[in-house]
Amino acid sequence: MTIVLATRRILTPVLAGVLLLVFWQLVVDLRDIPGYLLPSPEAIGTQVRQNFSDILTASRASGTNALVGLLAGIALAVAAAVVAVWVPPVERLLTPLASAVSAMPIVALAPVLSIMFSATSDLPRRIVVAIVAFFPVFVTTVRGLTRIEQVHAELMRSYAVGGWTLTRLVRLPGAVPYLFTGIRVAASLAVISAVVAEYFGGLQNGLGSRITSAAANTAYARAWAYVVAAIGLGLVFYLAALAAERLASRGRVPIS
Amino acid sequence: MTDQSVAAVSLTGVDKTFDAGRAGAVTALSGIDLAVAPGEFVSLIGPSGCGKSTLMRLVADLERPSAGTISVFGKSAHQARLDQDYGIAFQAAGLLPWRSVRANVELPLQVHGMGRAGRAARADELLELVGLAEFAGHRPDQLSGGMQQRVAIARALAERPRLLLMDEPFGALDEMTRERMQGELVRLSTQTGCAVIFVTHSIPEAVYLSDRVVVMSPRPGRISAVVPIELSDRNEDTREEPGFFAAVTAVREALRARASVELS
Repeated sequence: MTIVLATRRILTPVLAGVLLLVFWQLVVDLRDIPGYLLPSPEAIGTQVRQNFSDILTASRASGTNALVGLLAGIALAVAAAVVAVWVPPVERLLTPLASAVSAMPIVALAPVLSIMFSATSDLPRRIVVAIVAFFPVFVTTVRGLTRIEQVHAELMRSYAVGGWTLTRLVRLPGAVPYLFTGIRVAASLAVISAVVAEYFGGLQNGLGSRITSAAANTAYARAWAYVVAAIGLGLVFYLAALAAERLASRGRVPIS
Repeated sequence: MTDQSVAAVSLTGVDKTFDAGRAGAVTALSGIDLAVAPGEFVSLIGPSGCGKSTLMRLVADLERPSAGTISVFGKSAHQARLDQDYGIAFQAAGLLPWRSVRANVELPLQVHGMGRAGRAARADELLELVGLAEFAGHRPDQLSGGMQQRVAIARALAERPRLLLMDEPFGALDEMTRERMQGELVRLSTQTGCAVIFVTHSIPEAVYLSDRVVVMSPRPGRISAVVPIELSDRNEDTREEPGFFAAVTAVREALRARASVELS
């Protein structure tokens, strides 16, 4: 029963995607749309096959930037959230700032950071990713840390403990599902910002730089091939984060 | 300190008013005098808003009195909380959902720095006591409401308190489970010899469990009567004895006497 439902849930969007590709191919073929306007899925597929090893290399470069930045952003966000909940003035300072910054196009920082650091370094991109990933994780973790059940708070009060013991035993484990919700949002943003940050120059090793250079050489089908890879990379991050979130909110902390 | 002449709990002239913002102050409790002897089982009963939970929370030092003095084993309520002189159970079991049953029972021992081996041994003992030994590795959400409440009681007993504070712990349970839990609680309190303050709004429950039933009335919350219960011992048949019915009637009349005064 559940297997049937799961298959249906997966099968329907997959089917829709296939239909869209068929429609795309037909439109390009029948209406003779030139390749520089819209390459056909077939042409893009050929490019993916021809550049497969380079696609993997570029995906690895962008993926590493996204992963390193994401992990750094998560670590900083959790630490900042713990401090913010502990010291209310910090929370009052950081939360509005987090909302404001999350509305800003942080990737726009990439060229500035490239100048600050060496242009042959991956560091500026990783910093951009870390900043982008920081805010959703910070906001959800603060929410999780502050949403403590009254009965748990009173229980710990009756034990005459607070501070770090309360944070470690009640607040942090209680915030775990919230943290992973933040990570799911941050994971998609991490890939987007890692790829887009490459549009602004610097090292020419990732998917973003491959897309811009292919487009600059009017190799549109090849540019699309790298876009497909970027979509794939984003999906990998999203699905990994989703699986982690499911795991965290179901089993939570392993049973001793 | 284990001197039997020192009351487990003693309240003298205790008032509690809550600031209700624009509505002004609400008097939750007024002129409360009550003493609970070591090992004594006392129930607080009364309609909603009579301040019975507030009274228990004052003893637990989860609230501060507006006037009067509260002493727990001869100390201030605050000091008694710091010294961990009481165990507490709330209406909601309040188990930590990410911890196993065993780890929940171990929680008070863990926060007070007991070693791993000692914790495990004590948790085994307690789970045996509440009949949940085989569920030690389960998560709380895999347990029924009654079982969760038993885990909460085991947790409250973990540090062998001389005083147990319970705020309607069986309130959410069905009648059958409730009666069984009452039987277990009587057994536990006899075995451990701890004093109990038990908040309830069930007359038969108060009568079955208690040495004395404290009847309270609302607006402002005060003690309107104290009914001593004289039942020889509690067992399966106690609830069908004439003495039990007589005590239930006495408590009901004490509650009603107060209500009719209010109506007139």
